[in-house]
Amino acid sequence: MSSKVNITIDGEQYQVPAGENLLWAALDCGVYIPHLCSIREKERSDASCRLCFVEIEGIPNPVTSCTQEVREGMVVKTRTPLVDRLVKTGFELLLSDHKLRCGKCPKNRQCELQKIAKERKLKLKLTRLRPLLTEEEPVDDSAKTFIYDPNRCILCGQCIWVDHHKVEAGAIGFINRGFDRKMGTFGDVSLAESICTQCGECVKVCPVGALTFKVEEVEKG
Amino acid sequence: MSVSQNFADLRSAAIEKLEAIKEKPLILVGTATCGRAAGALEVLNVFREEVSKHQLDVQVEEVGCMGHCYAEPLVVISNPGFPTLAYGPVDEGTAQRLVSDYLVNGDPCYEFAMAALEPNDEFPTFEDFPRGVIEKKIILRDCGLIDPDDIDHYLAKDGYAALAKVLEMEPTAVIDEIKDAKLRGRGGAGFPTGVKWEFCYKAKGSPKYVICNADEGDPGAFMDRAILESNPHQLIEGLIIAAYAVQAATGYIYVRAEYPLAIERLQNALDQAREKGLLGDKMLGSDFSFDIKIFPGSGAFVCGEETALITSIEGSTGLPSHRPPYPTTAGLFGKPTVINNVKTLSYIPHIMRQGAEWFKSIGTENSPGTAVFALAGKVVSTGLAEVPMGTTIRELVYDVGNGIKDEKEFKAVQIGGPSGGCLPESSLELPIDFDSLQQGGAMMGSGGIVVLNEDDCMVEIARFFLDFTQKESCGKCTFCRLGTKQMLEILTDITQGKGKPEDIDLLQELAEDIKLGSLCSLGKTAPNPVLTTIRYFRDEYEAHINEGRCPGLMCKELISYMIVPEKCSKLCDVCIGSCPTEAIYTRPDMLKAIHQDKCFKCNSCLVACPPQYKAVIRVSPPLEEQTEAEEGGNADEQ
Repeated sequence: MSSKVNITIDGEQYQVPAGENLLWAALDCGVYIPHLCSIREKERSDASCRLCFVEIEGIPNPVTSCTQEVREGMVVKTRTPLVDRLVKTGFELLLSDHKLRCGKCPKNRQCELQKIAKERKLKLKLTRLRPLLTEEEPVDDSAKTFIYDPNRCILCGQCIWVDHHKVEAGAIGFINRGFDRKMGTFGDVSLAESICTQCGECVKVCPVGALTFKVEEVEKG
Repeated sequence: MSVSQNFADLRSAAIEKLEAIKEKPLILVGTATCGRAAGALEVLNVFREEVSKHQLDVQVEEVGCMGHCYAEPLVVISNPGFPTLAYGPVDEGTAQRLVSDYLVNGDPCYEFAMAALEPNDEFPTFEDFPRGVIEKKIILRDCGLIDPDDIDHYLAKDGYAALAKVLEMEPTAVIDEIKDAKLRGRGGAGFPTGVKWEFCYKAKGSPKYVICNADEGDPGAFMDRAILESNPHQLIEGLIIAAYAVQAATGYIYVRAEYPLAIERLQNALDQAREKGLLGDKMLGSDFSFDIKIFPGSGAFVCGEETALITSIEGSTGLPSHRPPYPTTAGLFGKPTVINNVKTLSYIPHIMRQGAEWFKSIGTENSPGTAVFALAGKVVSTGLAEVPMGTTIRELVYDVGNGIKDEKEFKAVQIGGPSGGCLPESSLELPIDFDSLQQGGAMMGSGGIVVLNEDDCMVEIARFFLDFTQKESCGKCTFCRLGTKQMLEILTDITQGKGKPEDIDLLQELAEDIKLGSLCSLGKTAPNPVLTTIRYFRDEYEAHINEGRCPGLMCKELISYMIVPEKCSKLCDVCIGSCPTEAIYTRPDMLKAIHQDKCFKCNSCLVACPPQYKAVIRVSPPLEEQTEAEEGGNADEQ
């Protein structure tokens, strides 16, 4: 797999490994594209966060870069009016269902949402849309070392991937449908009551403040 | 023995059997789900009891649906020496009369008859009505006229002749014929079926699969159910031909579990086809082996989306995934898979038997063939209609559907269900085909068509459909999960009089982004009802937001009920009894009036008020609570 292909991103030429996924190829080249759900090892990306839009020459509408394989001569634009518009709406939609109050969030300053806001100059508050998080769900602090706050979860699925494919615990998954979809345990019991081994691997991959270590544990560590 | 010889034997045995049946009087009772809901099983029982009571040599058979929902339960009686007549609606009393007066005493009871099935000197046929002139039945031709539980009925009507022909052709020749016929997928998107088959045929990987998508879920759509319940073999034959064309070894029929009768009749049909050697190992003595499994879906609308349907069969939650890869290259269990809708597959036997040229002679150049619609809403003759592509919406509503119910004004048609759009009166001349509808902002969708009249609020209609898609969103992707929720919140605000002037623009912005940004077609098409209602009925949105007024008098928060004193009668007080909240009172002058603060707008008084008065009306914007002085004033005027 040593062969390389030449691609152009925002006017710059790059050599990237053939067969690579466009999102990860761009990130490796130092080109930032907002993303939350993509997992490098995963064969087919979920493409569920809908933030990694780019425009590719020859394709009429913006596409998610995580679902595109790099091709020789591919010409990619990460910032076009249409891409910016979609990313802004997608980001605002996520915020409309997210417990904001960043100052009180343990992930403040290390949060992927904050990073996207900074990179794309987006506001971290709701201006256009209606707040959808009207009733907050109870926070699950039953695990010894970490806390799960479903109101901060953006459903990227990173924790579930680690739980299923790295740890192979099978304790968590997506439950419910539609607007009620959330990360949870079998039967929606608390983490302590579930088969969760409390290894904490899922916490390490959470890009936002949904899964965070309890403060004293972090201090000890 | 050769395939054609095997088939000829099956066919002649079936024709012999059917001819014997036709020598005696025959009663066909439509007992598809629609007929059953109208009481067809009770009617069926009456026929059986009466026939045995009178000791008649008459056969009573259950058949499917002819599409005349407004006339269910529908019964067809053929009696040698008389024209074959359709009767409907038939209740138990009529059923008794039909046996005693017609079958015993020889009076065909023309007063109950709808139409004759073939030309005669006594009674007009379906073709003599405007509906019959416009309709062109291909896949509905035999529905309601053959026994879906007896394969011989289908065989006697050229059934499986196309399969016998195909089994002696090259698979590529079959694909070429379907490509040449320009058949487009009837699931809604209109992708050329032959091209899809060719992709799958050429794709590397084995085994290959064919799937029939019978996960019909649009509100108001019931074409697929009617076909499954009325003529399951037509679909099975189409699926076998598809399998032969792409050389698949296994097929699935993904049918929703809420269609128990369809599943039962399909299962029975599959068993009979296997028994006759038309399905299974080396069918009809050829080298081709193929079998079909029924997969009952558990009711998620999104499973009608092909990638979600596939994950559902694989045993996971039915969630869509990004395309490409398309199922034709990596589908079920990662293998090349063709997924076709019930109607698409039902056309296949007809095209293979009568040729691509015949098919192209019907419909329009880019959308050949017919379209099957479930006609519902405020139209006189609801039901299933099959018309050539290119028929105008006006012909469909006014000639096939016999116009608007209760002499109301036409307002719009909602075509294509939750993925479709609302088209106004100015679109009545629009020909119905894949491309014209898309230009109008609607889409063919699965073929549900809901007729709306002056009493319908277009904002509420948009809200209704968005409420459906929002509830049926799987929740996987951001735009659909949260975007449709945002739009629903805005629409709900507008219908409750809480809309803001900037909401219309915001709805449009969100709609455009959701269309572009969503992962699957459910999200990509969900904003269509909103976009089309804003495009054609923006004034109604503005009336709600700026004036607090609902022009359709439908949105509860924006209307009031009142009793017009000039129309009310001192001698009548039925409205008082009908009111569950005791909001109606008798004024000193004995006329009735409504306490606005007690009224919760249940509509009971409007329904109860006798037609000679029609004194209860709805007004918008809502009334303020009347003062005593005003009431007195009104009383004086009397």
